[in-house]
Amino acid sequence: MSFYGLIDGSEKSLRNFLDQLSGVDQVGAESRAAMLATRSIKTTSKRWAIDTAISMVDLTTLEGADTPGKVKALCNKAVRPDPTDSTVPSVGAICVYNDMVSIARTHLDSIGGEKVPVAAVSTAFPSGRASMDVKIRDTQDAIDAGAAEIDMVIDRGAFLSGNLGLVFDEIVKIREVCGEKAHLKVIFETGELVTYDNVRKASYLAMLAGADFIKTSTGKVAPAATPPVVLVMLEAVRDFYSLTGRRIGVKPAGGIRTTKDAIKQLVLVNETAGPEWLTPELFRIGASALLNDLLMQRMKMDDGYYASPNYVTID
Amino acid sequence: MTFEYAPALESRAIVTIKPKYGHFINGAFVSGKKHFPTINPATEEILSHLSLGSASDIDKAVAAAQKAYTKTWSKLSGKERGKYLYRIARILQERAREFAVLETLDNGKPIRETRDIDIPLVAAHFFYHAGWADKLDYAGLGQSPQPYGVAGQIIPWNFPLLMLAWKVAPALATGNTVVLKPAETTSLTALLFAEVCQQAELPDGVVNIVTGDGSTGATLVNHPGVHKIAFTGSTEVGKKIARAIAATDKKATLELGGKGANIVFDDAPVDEAVEGIVNGIFFNQGHVCCAGSRLILQESIAEEIIEKLKVRMAKIRVGDPLDKNTDLGAINSREQLTKIQELAAVGDAEGAQRWSPQCNLSEKGYWFAPTIFTGVTQAHRIAQEEIFGPVLSVITFRTPQEGIDKANNTPFGLSAGIWSEKGSRTLWASQQLRAGVIWANTFNKFDPTSPFGGYKESGWGREGGKHGLAAYLKNGKESGAK
Repeated sequence: MSFYGLIDGSEKSLRNFLDQLSGVDQVGAESRAAMLATRSIKTTSKRWAIDTAISMVDLTTLEGADTPGKVKALCNKAVRPDPTDSTVPSVGAICVYNDMVSIARTHLDSIGGEKVPVAAVSTAFPSGRASMDVKIRDTQDAIDAGAAEIDMVIDRGAFLSGNLGLVFDEIVKIREVCGEKAHLKVIFETGELVTYDNVRKASYLAMLAGADFIKTSTGKVAPAATPPVVLVMLEAVRDFYSLTGRRIGVKPAGGIRTTKDAIKQLVLVNETAGPEWLTPELFRIGASALLNDLLMQRMKMDDGYYASPNYVTID
Repeated sequence: MTFEYAPALESRAIVTIKPKYGHFINGAFVSGKKHFPTINPATEEILSHLSLGSASDIDKAVAAAQKAYTKTWSKLSGKERGKYLYRIARILQERAREFAVLETLDNGKPIRETRDIDIPLVAAHFFYHAGWADKLDYAGLGQSPQPYGVAGQIIPWNFPLLMLAWKVAPALATGNTVVLKPAETTSLTALLFAEVCQQAELPDGVVNIVTGDGSTGATLVNHPGVHKIAFTGSTEVGKKIARAIAATDKKATLELGGKGANIVFDDAPVDEAVEGIVNGIFFNQGHVCCAGSRLILQESIAEEIIEKLKVRMAKIRVGDPLDKNTDLGAINSREQLTKIQELAAVGDAEGAQRWSPQCNLSEKGYWFAPTIFTGVTQAHRIAQEEIFGPVLSVITFRTPQEGIDKANNTPFGLSAGIWSEKGSRTLWASQQLRAGVIWANTFNKFDPTSPFGGYKESGWGREGGKHGLAAYLKNGKESGAK
């Protein structure tokens, strides 16, 4: 692997690279994100934003209580979010645990959802506390079952104790397992990394190691995808593009529940990384409850009034 | 696939503008003899006609202020004065949207700034000073410090209502009465404030507002019944005021021009520094006396910062000030636009490189695209003179000391910004800089508790905080005011 010609893959060269990154001023990053949250998105642009957001949702169920029935219902919802309106786009992907991948894939294919990919959370999600062998087999298992996207977690313990080489090597190995078959999303669990400096470092570390996407959180730890965290990650992918010519995607996950939240995310993308990132290829939103709010707001824009929640399916 | 923001216009229905306004003297509106138009700089639409204050108008206003001082205001306890200030502050908050829309119409600044910055700060100034009114004896300003009497206050057009608040709130809290002359092009929010004084049942004559031009202001400064002058505006006018009061016992605070340095060291947080540079010079169209109009960049990161700055500047949304998504509004007047154009042309002529992003500027109204000049040296006029518009001069340095020397190499000394992630460097630089306000890793942040004012030709005295109170009190020597 060439690591974009920026490092040689050794921990030393990785450290040298990360050490020359500029720091993030917390107050400044938070106030920029807060300012962008005041953008007022109305009428035609709101309608465009809602449909774009729907197409970017990674519709997720990650519960111990997940069953084949629950996952199949979610697949139906993913392909036709609103059964009464065929103009609503399908979502970006279905995101499930490993053992549900083949059920989801088979069901999607049987209902005309061939284009909706299945994403699997692997590498001992959500904690990442397992041996490397287990993580590799976990990933291979998901790919064999038909996962086109792998959402892996980094070893936060290693990151926080300064063992950056270990974090890097794990991503490189999982990248190798994914090969051409699966896109790799790397989850930082920013709520555990805490500082924006760490978020920036982790972003570059993951991009150098071969991530296709960088993702904020598992959804199991709060705070998750706060606007300033996403801002810092968007700055990283923007600057990485000007260094390497390659665009890496960003996926905020956790805590984005309303249309307003989602539109704020799209504004962040538009004014930070730029409009080139406003596509499901480069921006996804990991969510479960969000989709229904997007559908409600979409109906409201068409009808002029809020429908009862009974008009939106609960799956 | 592009994300165009549809227009999101703030409604102007909340504002009622009368066709003609008088002065506010002794609690009532009285028409002047002559009137002049006031316009919306974004559209050149005439909004209203204002009374041109004459010598006799000033006489009446000063007499009303003196009478109110003697008969009522000086007899009230600090606690009672504080009640009026709290009441005004609450009304300002209740009517915040109305004030924000009117300020945007009259001044040309974006509604996002009037709504989120100007008007909330105005209310904060009244709340802050209301709290001081009954505690002056314990403020460390001497034993039972006394007001001067009648304060003559002249304010500029860049932050019309905010500058009114900076002047009126401390004057009233300390027991002075006021004759205020708002700027010729931006008097409407001051006249709406007069209505707030009526609504708060402030005793007649405590606040008097006389509209007019420079001659009205000069009459006020020279009036023998005025005990204290507070002025915010150009250094040129400030010098005239200093000469005019030189042989009198009038006290004065002067907030004058600036050519603020935003110094970016090579260990700066780069993305936030770029934001700070944008906020430093493009906030309020650069019509800010403490604007960071000189970007002083360490050579080793100059290229990176300028590249990122250009990318960021291309995202600045220039347009209708009433659109909630507008970042940069209209230039306040044709006169100011001409001045900016002239100085920018000087920059071209002196060989600096001009750059602006693509902007579709409206035909009507006064507009100037956000602009940077690179390759500027200390010998350029655009590095020395205050442009008071959205124009940034970029200067580079090699060592920290050279950066400081260039920052201080100006007749002004109002503000400076330091960008570094290294605490020891920030503290060292802040001790070397000769400027009244120094921001570290931020810029253009204001708070009523923080004193504001300048070194050298940027002025006399401080406004805000405890220092600002001292400027309105006898024995209040702490302020450094005359």
